[in-house]
Amino acid sequence: MARKILLEHIDVPGINTYDVYRSKGGYASVEKALKTMNPQDVVEEVKKSGLRGRGGAGFPTGMKWSFLAKPEGVPSYLVCNADESEPGTFKDRYLMEYLPHLLIEGMITSSYALGANTSYIYIRGEYFYLVRILEKAISEAYANGWLGKNILGTNYSLDLYVHPGAGAYICGEETALLESLEGKRGNPRIKPPFPAIAGLYGCPTVVNNVETIAAVVPIINMTGDEYAKIGIGRSAGTKLISASGHIKKPGVYEIEMGITVEDFIYSDEYCGGILNDKKLKAVVAGGSSVPILPADLILTTANGEKRLMSYESLADGGFATGTMLGSGGFIVMDESTSIVQNLHTFARFYHHESCGQCSPCREGTGWMEKIIHKILDGHGTLEDIDLLWDIQRKIEGNTICPLGDAAAWPVASAIRHFRHEFEEFVKNPSAQREVKYYFHCNNIDTAAAYSSI
Amino acid sequence: MAKVTIDGIQIDVPDGTTILNAARMIGPDVAPPTMCYYSKLKTSGGYCRTCLVEVTAGSEKDPRPMPKLVASCRTTVMDGMVVANNTSAKVKDARAGVVEFLLLNHPLDCPVCDQAGECHLQDLSYDHGNYKTRTDFERRTFEKIDIGEKIQLHMTRCILCYRCVKTAEQITDGRVHGVINRGDHAEISTYIEQAIDNDFSGNVIDVCPVGALTDKTFRFKSRVWFTKPVDAHRNCENEKCSGKVVLWYQGEEVLRVTGRKDQWGEVEEFICNTCRFDKKQTSDWTIEGPRKINRHSVISANHYMNMVKPKEFKLNEIKQITE
Ligand SMILES: Cc1cc2nc3c(=O)[nH]c(=O)nc-3n(C[C@H](O)[C@H](O)[C@H](O)COP(=O)(O)O)c2cc1C
Ligand code: SF4
Ligand code: SF4
Ligand code: FES
Repeated sequence: MARKILLEHIDVPGINTYDVYRSKGGYASVEKALKTMNPQDVVEEVKKSGLRGRGGAGFPTGMKWSFLAKPEGVPSYLVCNADESEPGTFKDRYLMEYLPHLLIEGMITSSYALGANTSYIYIRGEYFYLVRILEKAISEAYANGWLGKNILGTNYSLDLYVHPGAGAYICGEETALLESLEGKRGNPRIKPPFPAIAGLYGCPTVVNNVETIAAVVPIINMTGDEYAKIGIGRSAGTKLISASGHIKKPGVYEIEMGITVEDFIYSDEYCGGILNDKKLKAVVAGGSSVPILPADLILTTANGEKRLMSYESLADGGFATGTMLGSGGFIVMDESTSIVQNLHTFARFYHHESCGQCSPCREGTGWMEKIIHKILDGHGTLEDIDLLWDIQRKIEGNTICPLGDAAAWPVASAIRHFRHEFEEFVKNPSAQREVKYYFHCNNIDTAAAYSSI
Repeated sequence: MAKVTIDGIQIDVPDGTTILNAARMIGPDVAPPTMCYYSKLKTSGGYCRTCLVEVTAGSEKDPRPMPKLVASCRTTVMDGMVVANNTSAKVKDARAGVVEFLLLNHPLDCPVCDQAGECHLQDLSYDHGNYKTRTDFERRTFEKIDIGEKIQLHMTRCILCYRCVKTAEQITDGRVHGVINRGDHAEISTYIEQAIDNDFSGNVIDVCPVGALTDKTFRFKSRVWFTKPVDAHRNCENEKCSGKVVLWYQGEEVLRVTGRKDQWGEVEEFICNTCRFDKKQTSDWTIEGPRKINRHSVISANHYMNMVKPKEFKLNEIKQITE
């Protein structure tokens, strides 16, 4: 049975309104934290829970919070990263649309833990309709005394603002986000200093993903120790997975970490199997940046164990045979998918979104896109595949921010696991081009098209 | 003080020194190449990635190697740090990659570029690049833009090192010079061609490592190696201007005036636009004498006088550490 923690009340009608949310036990964590715990206790609970960042990197949240510098007379900030733009990821949107008060409750409890009196939700520009939802929820929270001066009669005060971005993927990178929030061009900063020392306006700052902050609510309600029992090993708790692609039931699912990937794809409780009962070809398990894995490697690890939906299991085998949980953007591809074509879409995205500060990413992303396009167009050579490999290798690890790596990994993994498909495009250009390119653009079933010609 | 070892040479440097500056103290043979760092500009560096080095031991206390190559211009040394620059195969490989990326969209039309002969990108590709290109895609091009009467911007050649942006930010007043757009479409802009009109704007020409920002009063008058550089100074009315310049002569005529650049190709002191653009008579200046040019530079190739005897070639102050 699926364990729902964040989405426990998702089916309750009107849960997006304050009254219904409150009647279902909403804002209890704020009461508990402010009235019975001091900030340090809250941090301790989060540490004990084993919660790890849900934004992609999976860094232990409690540890991140304890790194926050606390110099006298300097404000500290909590910033919620709601810039969700990783292709394949749409869980934060779901959470904010249907459970806006859960995020706000998490923001209040977390801000209290960090001693922040001003906090921000930096939200992706394209999510403008969510800005209205959040602002309405925030005004309800103010009206009911959960925000503002002296919350619950304590001497803790908090102001919460929503700040929309202008539609750049790079502004999801935490330091670019802070630049953008300060009103500057969203270029990632050169680290160190890390935000915990010098973040927003040069003050100590914690940046956390929407889902991470929402998870603080159940942790405080049930205690960290209880939360740590959910999940498997160092992958504590539940995770929201955005499932998309060739599956019968795409959508956002809350899973307890540790279920098998096979279960997730094939059971009726989750994705319900592959669309039209076709064969599974490949999966991108954690958003466009993480390495793509072929069916056999996503279902079982290289040493034959069943692969689980957890940070550790998905990473088993390193990049040679494994991948990453990332942000939980789970993209499923059936046998009719062209890996090269898909890669071209990803490469075009990273080229478009590079901020252009450092040369390997600025120039390399565009170069990779052009070469993949050339191969797709039937003009590629076998050397182009090697060149592509060499370019990604020279970007990875040599850039200011991880967007360079994020652009390199999909290319590397596609070549590593599906080199033969690139070679097919080179050796048999015309058939490939006509069928895959044309039919894909027109949303026509490629396999059927193949058999009819 | 921190003790660092770079390419096997040990040196003691003050705490807070960057790896790059520690390497520069050892000398030019050890110093990594730089395209965006500029000692006179705060927060410069970190962008081009040519100065990447391998840290094989983080510090005395924590001698683990750093997992990735680091930008030496933005990484401070730790006591006991061991760094590999020229001795690291990884660094050589990554640096060749960076050069290739920088040249990917560069027109490589050095024969018609005003910067040729004093271009850092030329030097960099000569020292660290491949001699063959692996791309035949069309290169990115832009129209030339005039930034006021005296400066021309040709983005086609720009490597987005951000030096001119930092210059505009830090030494001119009323900043109107920045970067617009993203990724490989990014361009230097003075908010839609608005002229930057202030006393120190001309310095963007000197800091530009390539031929993207050039002096319109000098453009195409002469190849730089046919000119004779002479050190000169004047009592400049502008308090902020040092008045110390190099006059570039052809015959009796002063073709251009620039700031003085140090061993690393970075200006020693910034000069004002009056000195740069308006004082082109020998009578405006007190002449100090011919400027010393590194004999490896093409500018010295056709020189009227052999300035530097090879033996005088001096390393920076090295503190030899005897074991
Ligand atoms: C290019 C890039 C884009 C990112 N986009 C997002 C994003 O949209 N949302 C997010 O939560 N984290 C994003 N991250 C990760 C953040 O930098 C940061 O690690 C995260 O917000 C930390 O929160 P967490 O510890 O709660 O995961 C991105 C990182 C990079 C390099
Ligand atoms: S890696 Fe790409 S996105 Fe990140 S700072 Fe460099 S150019 Fe910008
Ligand atoms: S114009 Fe010159 S100084 Fe300015 S960013 Fe481009 S290369 Fe650097
Ligand atoms: S000089 Fe260090 S990154 Fe450019």
